[in-house]
Amino acid sequence: MSSQPTVVIVDDHAIFRSGVRAELDGMVEVLGEAESVEDAVRAIAELEPDVVLLDVHMPGGGGVEVLGQVAKQRPQQRFLALSVSDDPQDVIAIVRAGARGYVTKTITGDQLADAVRRVRDGDAVFSPRLAGFVLDAFAGDLPAEEVDPELDQLTAREREVLRYIARGYLYKEIALRLHISAKTVEAHVSSVLRKLQLSNRHELSRWAVSRRLVD
Amino acid sequence: MSALWAGIAILALGVLLYLQENGDVDLQSGWLLAGFGACLLIALVATAAGRPRRRMDPAQIAAEKQLSAEIGRDAGKLSWLAVAAGLLLGGALVFLWSQGALQDAGSAAAAALLVTVVLGTISAPLWLAMVRRLGSERVARARSEERAEVAAHLHDSVLQTLALMQKRAGDPDEVAKLARRQERELRSWLAGEGPSRPTERLADALEAAAIDIEESHGTPVDAVVVGDAPLDERMEALVAATREALTNAAKFAADGGPVRLYAEIENGGAQVFVDDRGPGFDPDSIPKDRRGVRESIIGRMKRFGGRAEIRSEPGDGTEVELTVEGDGR
Repeated sequence: MSSQPTVVIVDDHAIFRSGVRAELDGMVEVLGEAESVEDAVRAIAELEPDVVLLDVHMPGGGGVEVLGQVAKQRPQQRFLALSVSDDPQDVIAIVRAGARGYVTKTITGDQLADAVRRVRDGDAVFSPRLAGFVLDAFAGDLPAEEVDPELDQLTAREREVLRYIARGYLYKEIALRLHISAKTVEAHVSSVLRKLQLSNRHELSRWAVSRRLVD
Repeated sequence: MSALWAGIAILALGVLLYLQENGDVDLQSGWLLAGFGACLLIALVATAAGRPRRRMDPAQIAAEKQLSAEIGRDAGKLSWLAVAAGLLLGGALVFLWSQGALQDAGSAAAAALLVTVVLGTISAPLWLAMVRRLGSERVARARSEERAEVAAHLHDSVLQTLALMQKRAGDPDEVAKLARRQERELRSWLAGEGPSRPTERLADALEAAAIDIEESHGTPVDAVVVGDAPLDERMEALVAATREALTNAAKFAADGGPVRLYAEIENGGAQVFVDDRGPGFDPDSIPKDRRGVRESIIGRMKRFGGRAEIRSEPGDGTEVELTVEGDGR
């Protein structure tokens, strides 16, 4: 599993695709590119990449549509969402649709290559901002009868890990501070991803609206 | 078009029959046919008029065309309904008249009403189409106003910044700063966020602090703020201490990548972290005269019932943790 991971880049901006391709050169093998939902579905089925780098905003339904269509044919396909959008609703939507992580387009080439490797290996990738969104979404108590503790609440440790990610620390730095292994940090993040995708916590869908506006 | 010709043919036939008063065909049938023909013609003209003409304005966009097509389809459907209704009513009118039923003075009012109903029914699609066309023109106008507003905004913001960046192309730090400022501005504009209220809300105040420090020191500051609270005296102290911590990080740790600000605000309390990957220092060795850390951060937080912790080691960056306790809810 230490060979170069393979990716397909899905984005409607040619400049951005060639930029990512250049940045990943030597670290990640780019099998192909796609600029529309249809192209993407076809290219992914044909090229079978380890990871799809997926733009959130595209004409014709965006990344969520690609996720939905590919999942029917290749349920095991792994996606990493990549976007300039910091709109929490967009980000939460694409992660809940199945992406294993979210990074912003300003990420450096090294960090992106590292994120691709981690998604290929089945781990989750959270940017500081996504960690902040998740902490916000899982903040506050729910009435006890509505809570499925397995899915609707974060453990104290998960919260701690997310807080360090929101503060911009790398997994190995977090491991050092919490006296646990980097693998355990990854396990916590994967568990949070699972909760984020499966929780019925109603805040997840309408939290962005309610949170900042209610004083 | 064939329907138009059929209408004319029926009308002509009716008129012809009427003129041949002494023919085999009786007068009433002539009237009847002429009436049908006339109704059909009027309805057809109404249909044609009701169909919105395609606009020639080159600025019109695809959405507009689709709108027109929808209106046209609706108007067409309604027109055919009107044709049927018009024919029926017109036929009834002509029949009654030919029977002499309407010749009495008492029936004149009924006749007038009937004529009004017939004309109204027939011209309904015309009116409807007119109203809709006015509506679609309003939509188009609103759209072009919106476009003008977007253009004005982009001109004042993005284009100005791009021009500045070209002028300062030799200064990468300045270019990066301009790009970040513009990105932030455009983002909040796109998100439709209301104006920031840094004098009223804690989240806005912290974000404004991050922007200020970034702009005055040229060191990028990544801010993630969770939750929000009103800005009271304690929170103002927190913001001031945060500013001081950010300033120190921007000054002394600029080579370690972006300075990070993370704030969690909940239940009336708040916790702020300022982290950097700079050279770090030994917190116990802060000289007495270094008022920045002792006074502006630790002292200020204590005075307002909060606390400050500074963790740093030479070579391993610095973490500043500022806490204001919540109301324990």
